[in-house]
Amino acid sequence: MTSQRTRTIEVGAITRVEGEGALRVKIENDVVQDVQLSIYEPPRFFEALLRGRPLEDVPDITARICGICPIAYQMTAVHALEQALGVRITSDIRRLRRLLYCGEWIESHGVHMHLLHIPDFFGCASSIELAKRYPDEVNRGLRLKKIGNRLLEVTGGRAVHPINVAVGGFYRAPRRSELQSLRDDFLWGLDASIDVTKWVARFDFPDFVRDYEMVALRHPDEYPMNEGRLVSTVGLDVPSQEFETHFDERQVPHSTALQAVRLPAETNYFVGPLARVNLNRQLLYPAARQLSDDVGIAWPCMNPYQSIVTRGLEVVHAFEEALSIIDDYQGCAPAKIAYEPRAGEGAWATEAPRGMIYHRYRTTSEGLIEFAKIVPPTSQNQRQIEVDLRAYLPSVLDLPDAELGMACERLIRSYDPCISCATHFLKLEIDRQ
Amino acid sequence: MSHKPRLAVFKFASCDGCQLQLLSCEDELLSLAESVEIVHFIEASSHVEAGPYDIALVEGSITTAHDRQRIQVVREQSQTLVTIGACATAGGIQALKNWGDRADYVRSVYAQPEYIQTLATSTAIADHVRVDFELRGCPINRFQLLEVLQALVAGRKPRTPTHSVCLDCKRRGTVCIAIARDAACLGPITQAGCGAICPDFQRGCYGCFGPSAQPNCDSLADWYVQDRTTHVQLVPLLRNFNADAEAFKATGDRIDPHSEPGTV
Repeated sequence: MTSQRTRTIEVGAITRVEGEGALRVKIENDVVQDVQLSIYEPPRFFEALLRGRPLEDVPDITARICGICPIAYQMTAVHALEQALGVRITSDIRRLRRLLYCGEWIESHGVHMHLLHIPDFFGCASSIELAKRYPDEVNRGLRLKKIGNRLLEVTGGRAVHPINVAVGGFYRAPRRSELQSLRDDFLWGLDASIDVTKWVARFDFPDFVRDYEMVALRHPDEYPMNEGRLVSTVGLDVPSQEFETHFDERQVPHSTALQAVRLPAETNYFVGPLARVNLNRQLLYPAARQLSDDVGIAWPCMNPYQSIVTRGLEVVHAFEEALSIIDDYQGCAPAKIAYEPRAGEGAWATEAPRGMIYHRYRTTSEGLIEFAKIVPPTSQNQRQIEVDLRAYLPSVLDLPDAELGMACERLIRSYDPCISCATHFLKLEIDRQ
Repeated sequence: MSHKPRLAVFKFASCDGCQLQLLSCEDELLSLAESVEIVHFIEASSHVEAGPYDIALVEGSITTAHDRQRIQVVREQSQTLVTIGACATAGGIQALKNWGDRADYVRSVYAQPEYIQTLATSTAIADHVRVDFELRGCPINRFQLLEVLQALVAGRKPRTPTHSVCLDCKRRGTVCIAIARDAACLGPITQAGCGAICPDFQRGCYGCFGPSAQPNCDSLADWYVQDRTTHVQLVPLLRNFNADAEAFKATGDRIDPHSEPGTV
């Protein structure tokens, strides 16, 4: 009788991701028994601490869920609250919000591509190590990120936790001259981001093609950011307000993050730039649209490693759209639509850099928050990541434990998980039996 | 220091925004990597070295029993410990639970509270270990962060202002919005560092950098109340990202008839 062989692989702290998570994999006789992406990031209870606060505070407070994608929280919150209050914003405010979101996509995708993800494709521990071999490419990435931050500063007041987003619009509209001052950098950024996308598209990607349900927003006239219907690659097509009818959150013992599932069958699904491009490629701005034809990918793409190419395409799109908004901008008056507090309820979804994000709020007649629900992108992807790790592991079981752990980390990083976001949300331990 | 100082970055309960400011030093990041050896920065590098460290940057607040132990280990391993941001220096926005019912908080977010282990409070790092320098802000200002790192490498005291936001508004030439627009602005009692951005965007300061040196919070609060700002507006203003900073907390509790701090 042969003895049972048990392997436990543990990655105590997944590196180059936003926030704190770990992975634990248990393997018995070369069969993967369990995969737990655990989030040990301490819970911060945002939904609870919003209760009783003035509704005006919500964009400022929810921004603090994540330092990399505060705009996503601010945008989703203000739209949901405007639903509750019956506020209709102007087309000028709507365009300025898209401009702000362009800044966050450029900054957030810039951070993930250059500082967190690209080092994987060169066997480097960090972008600082990568910079010794590829200084021009790393510096180009840092400059792209800086330009995104600059747009956030001009439009939002500052890059991390912007102060200019209000329920109803903006505290102050940016001046035309301020936006015009960005124009030369944005022209450079458009060209540079096309070069970056062509570069990353040539990387060597593992042949890991999956059968996903991909979910994103879709809008008839524009690439989805602030508004759209919830659609999926297997036929979902509903208003974003119906999110909770089609999706639900589950709690698992190994994580301080809730895991979202697709109803009714409680299946996993995939959100993020790869889902957005697959579902909305025809709506990319012209240079990004053309580039998507030229990068050698047969769409729809179901290889999560190639998410980095779709991040590049979205940065190109964001530069193009931002230039268009900047060129047309004649000011925005009023900057903010006035409203009266009322008892109401509103729900909304937008597209954070990492994928679709959903908020729902109930307000009181005094203008206070009575109830808040927040579903960030990473808690939606968490179960998909675990399922994908389980499918991926059999192909790499021959690797020694340390390398196996690193291979798992590389797959996890391709989703760009944002763990601070998901906590109400992740630790990699691999248990080989 | 004869060798390049070994720099470590640690995260506790936080949003990552303050350590992101280190990565946001786009023009200085690579040269910074020349003057210090970044040996522990989980978010930026897979190369992770054990202590001891010369400089530790600590982000986030203490909210779990595990983290209460972990900060002790970080302190033991670190020559100089610098806290970065409002969470690490004052407990952060999550310190609002210090005024609430913890069980109720857990229940309202998690269906199965028994899986969640959390302390009743969110507290500053200095409540647990000796801190050598506190850098304020929600988020911190990256130029101040560079100043602190450069000062520590050079072996001198960091120069960061402790005056109020008001002074920076005057320097910028921003019209006072508390006077001109009747906005409840915390600028007179809030430490500078943000660049006085909120008044420039036509809104009152909400105190991201915490109390300035010798703030007269009671006087300002009374003046706003006489000026028609209600307690309902003022208490949450004092009680946000630096809610647990002593000066803001004392005044917020004084003017809040419902407040029973510490009763959790």
